[in-house]
Amino acid sequence: MDFSQLRAQFPTLEQTLAGYPLCYLDTAATSQKPKQVIAAMTRYYETDNANVHRAAHQLSSRATSQYEAVRDSLTYFIHAKQREEIIFTHGTTESINMVAHGLTGQIKAGDLILIDTAAHHANIVPWQELAKRTGAIIKPIPLTEECRLDEAAFDALLLEKPAIVALSHVSNALGTLNPVSDLVARAKRAGALTLVDGAQAIAHLEVNVQALDCDFYVFSAHKMYGPTGVGVLYGRFDILDTLAPLITGGEMIKTVSFEATQFNLLPNRLEAGTPPIAEVIGLGAAIDFINALPRADIAKQEAELLHYLQTQLKQLGDITLYGANDNNIGAVAFNLADEHHQDVGILLDQQGIAVRCGHHCAMPLMQSLGIKGCCRASLGIYSSKEDIDRFIDALKSVKDMLL
Amino acid sequence: MSQVPQPTTESFLALELNSSDILPLFENANNWQERYRQIMLLGKTLPKLDEAYRVESAQVRGCESNAWLYHSAIEGKHYFIADSDARIVKGLIGLLLTACHGKTSAEIAGFDIEGYFDMLGLTGQLSPSRTNGLFALAKAIKAFAA
Repeated sequence: MDFSQLRAQFPTLEQTLAGYPLCYLDTAATSQKPKQVIAAMTRYYETDNANVHRAAHQLSSRATSQYEAVRDSLTYFIHAKQREEIIFTHGTTESINMVAHGLTGQIKAGDLILIDTAAHHANIVPWQELAKRTGAIIKPIPLTEECRLDEAAFDALLLEKPAIVALSHVSNALGTLNPVSDLVARAKRAGALTLVDGAQAIAHLEVNVQALDCDFYVFSAHKMYGPTGVGVLYGRFDILDTLAPLITGGEMIKTVSFEATQFNLLPNRLEAGTPPIAEVIGLGAAIDFINALPRADIAKQEAELLHYLQTQLKQLGDITLYGANDNNIGAVAFNLADEHHQDVGILLDQQGIAVRCGHHCAMPLMQSLGIKGCCRASLGIYSSKEDIDRFIDALKSVKDMLL
Repeated sequence: MSQVPQPTTESFLALELNSSDILPLFENANNWQERYRQIMLLGKTLPKLDEAYRVESAQVRGCESNAWLYHSAIEGKHYFIADSDARIVKGLIGLLLTACHGKTSAEIAGFDIEGYFDMLGLTGQLSPSRTNGLFALAKAIKAFAA
């Protein structure tokens, strides 16, 4: 595989900022988009734009075929059992909200919901709202000193027979990889429903939802080289079919009368209103793009690059790394001495380096680390060793200015 | 009325920022390194806000770091005390105060903040999309003086 050819497919990366070439290390926030994805969306708007599932005319028929073809490629991409298990949403956040809302009638006062301490707020707040509605109780699953999920504590919590276990496949703030297949198996033995937030995993790992055996798996297109505004809710058919719809209206009904409305079958039942059609088609192009790559080679290259990044940061000195384990995926979190992460971020930005500085939508994790926030550098398939060298050089000059 | 503590009149009046000393340091800066060094040096000249005043009610929203702002109108002029736990934000606050501290309502209302930061070579730092909170701070200063 020719790396420079791969990188050249991402037009945004070819720019300079006040004389510094852009060094994009914020893929965990959102990935850049390859030309194929942009072209697919433009093509749809230029040639096929029509509403879907109302194929009274040829344009609508074309749009519907393309839209539904993406459901098929997703079914294959994450190895779902059937296409009805794939629901298009507006992103991971909406997917989790749909599950948390949809389960309201199945949860009762006193039921226990376990949540990964390192979870993104999107995998915390919807459950808190569910708890408010139902009287359920939320308990965080603690972390070990290495910022890994504390499996002994997890097993102890499972003895309390939780109703729901919400996990992160890969932590967004730290890049920690959780052994989800194992954790899901244990949660299921305890009788819990399981949801896995795959937002940070989907671009980096091959996901097989049947092998993971989770009840729900959720992710966003924009973190896997696709457009913003579209995401996926995978649900095991039996349980997905029991969710009460969060959004109701057109598209999701079979018949409507003022006396009684009947909902449609899956997947339409959970896709009310006109969906983000161009975005779904863009997601389809992103999947094609990823499928055409040698995924095992890419994963190996990303792992080497992350290891290089971790090592270079350690060698720089005066750097605190958070949970920088060997098998992390795609991201490293750090602070420079006692300096405020925002100062570091502003000075890196002056040099064209794009990193995220803040609480990373994981305030409970920051609290457990005893910090207000940190900087996070994250990688994508277009990231190179040169990016990391430039980043380290820039950080060196920040260090010279601040310390 | 709420029980929010307020710094003393003396502490408001104690802060002096001489724009004819401060602004040339920025206008003459050759590169961003020099500019940001000066920002941090300016931040250091602002007094540290006592822990007792670092309270949520004085906090300016829209800022990734914590920033606190106090205001007092004394004899028709506006005085400010502000601090941040991030050094660059504190320096940027210093620049805002250099322009607004001890000024009248009319002077502050007529102050072109965007043009000011452009002139200092800090274009873009005032954008509402930035998490440095400068936009919110500038808005708060203008609102106090309105």
